[in-house]
Amino acid sequence: MRNYLTQRIARAVLTIFLVVSFTFFLIRLMPGNPIDLFVHEQVTTYGYTYEQALEQARGFFALDIDAPLSVQYAQYLGNLARGDLGQSILSPGTPVSSLIKKFLPWTLFSVGLALMISFVLGIGLGMLMAYRRESWIDHVLTVIATVTTAVPNYLIGILLLVLLGVQTNLINIASIRGSLSPGVRPGLTLTFLIDALYHAALPITTYVMATAGGWMLSMKSSTLGTLGEDYVGFARARGLPDSRIAVAYVGRNALLPLFTQLTIAIGFVVGGSALIEYIFNYQGIGLVLYESIVRRDYPVMQGVFLVITVSVVLANLLADLLYGRLDPRVDLTAEPV
Amino acid sequence: MNWTTLKRNPGGALGLAGFLAIVLLVIVGPLVVPLDTSTRLDQIYAAPSRAHPFGTDNQGRDVFSQIVHGGKDLLWVATLAAGISTSIAVALGSISAVAGGHVDNALMTVTDVVLTVPHFPLLAVLAGVLQFRSQTLLAIILGVLSWPALTRAVRAQVLSLKERDFVEAATALGLGRGHIIVREILPNMRSYVAISFVLAMTQAIYAQVGLVFLGLVPLSGQNWGVMIQYGWTRGAIFHKSSVYSILAPIMAIVLLKLSLVSMARIFDEIFNPRLQEG
Repeated sequence: MRNYLTQRIARAVLTIFLVVSFTFFLIRLMPGNPIDLFVHEQVTTYGYTYEQALEQARGFFALDIDAPLSVQYAQYLGNLARGDLGQSILSPGTPVSSLIKKFLPWTLFSVGLALMISFVLGIGLGMLMAYRRESWIDHVLTVIATVTTAVPNYLIGILLLVLLGVQTNLINIASIRGSLSPGVRPGLTLTFLIDALYHAALPITTYVMATAGGWMLSMKSSTLGTLGEDYVGFARARGLPDSRIAVAYVGRNALLPLFTQLTIAIGFVVGGSALIEYIFNYQGIGLVLYESIVRRDYPVMQGVFLVITVSVVLANLLADLLYGRLDPRVDLTAEPV
Repeated sequence: MNWTTLKRNPGGALGLAGFLAIVLLVIVGPLVVPLDTSTRLDQIYAAPSRAHPFGTDNQGRDVFSQIVHGGKDLLWVATLAAGISTSIAVALGSISAVAGGHVDNALMTVTDVVLTVPHFPLLAVLAGVLQFRSQTLLAIILGVLSWPALTRAVRAQVLSLKERDFVEAATALGLGRGHIIVREILPNMRSYVAISFVLAMTQAIYAQVGLVFLGLVPLSGQNWGVMIQYGWTRGAIFHKSSVYSILAPIMAIVLLKLSLVSMARIFDEIFNPRLQEG
């Protein structure tokens, strides 16, 4: 087990390292990269001297732009290790790390809660569908799941906002915007929790509607596959109670393929937050990413992208370790041959 | 595929019919329905009527003709991207599972790296830095980025199939690795691969329309995503008469994705040997 653990951790570290290097390449090395563009723009549009422009770039990106590239790369890695992600170009003096500290929790909160609701809901309903296959409840749930899965989450968001908010005024879209009402301060108070949930309700509803159907269908087909396995028939023949078979024999094995999907879903939902938070104007990290790209605030874009990636890598690592514990058939301690 | 298969799966048959209808609409439709490009200030955001079944947009142009013309690029990008990603995934996934050892480790490390990077933010960042000028470039980038999920799934499937009796029997008989992959394992995954191709198409549609909706791809040409973006940013959502100009492209995309997903359900019946026995 220890071997497996270190191997997975090493892999996660490698992933982060490669993504970090790729980002450096994208921001610094590629022809027409943002830093060169920035310096060029400062000189041609705002009339700074080349040295002044370099000085500014140094401030925003925390890099010595005229140093050799290897030095810059080392600087870049050192900065990241210290959590220094440079400064926002559009709001000078604001470190990127403080933006992340401010906005990331909201995304983790809304996305995390939505993922949990959706996963539990989908697994429960999926097993129900498999056990009651060909019944009316299976047919109804299949149609609902198929339709909701087919609709991209941002279109669900748009439809919720347009149909419930703008066209019928069932939801007051002016008051639900943002992640907290004015005057409410974060803290362990009931007012804060209720207000946070109120503002996150539409994004969470959107995430859940968009993903629960997928879990339902996967769990149904996975359960159906498991129900046909010999060990389930054997457990029945041994006279084990149905509830024990459902949980320990069918459920546990049927869940397995879904776990690999969970790692994908985490990335997908976190990644989709750029779209959903844009629609509901929810003040999370996805909205910051969107704004930084549109406004060409590259230090922010780079930092937010790295943070999103690192959170997904860590979530994946967690799911990997869980998967290793869950599947008795995959021998994880085996040395590579 | 035969009639009984379709009869047994009304949903799947409907999906197939829907997909064929949409393909027909976006390929033959533009030859019949001319694209309405004239600006008519007196007809801005007109309600649906006989002349304009879905009303008009913010320049008084017919929404229906834009729907007819707006699907071709979308379908092309989706098909190309899905073809690229599915081919890479099936090849890498089965090689990785069957070869095992260092090959497996190396391939899975690469897969993990690409998989773990959240797809949409990466695309958004790339769009911000690179600007996707051509639809084909967009499709290639979508395809090259979206194989890892399926690769892992294919590998998991092959790993599990590898443990089954018929594969062990083939191994015991001394049949080669290539034979086992192509003749024993892949046929058991045909339905899975076909379904994955269609799902990869839907993912490409998701990413593509999403980028357009955020305005991160240059808004050129006729595209359902562009229509949604215009509807969203230019106030079409606020009036009863104009809401159709954004609902129409949304419905077009939903119907396309729904047909693809439903169609994928008969694939299981057609391609899965395990289901054919029963």
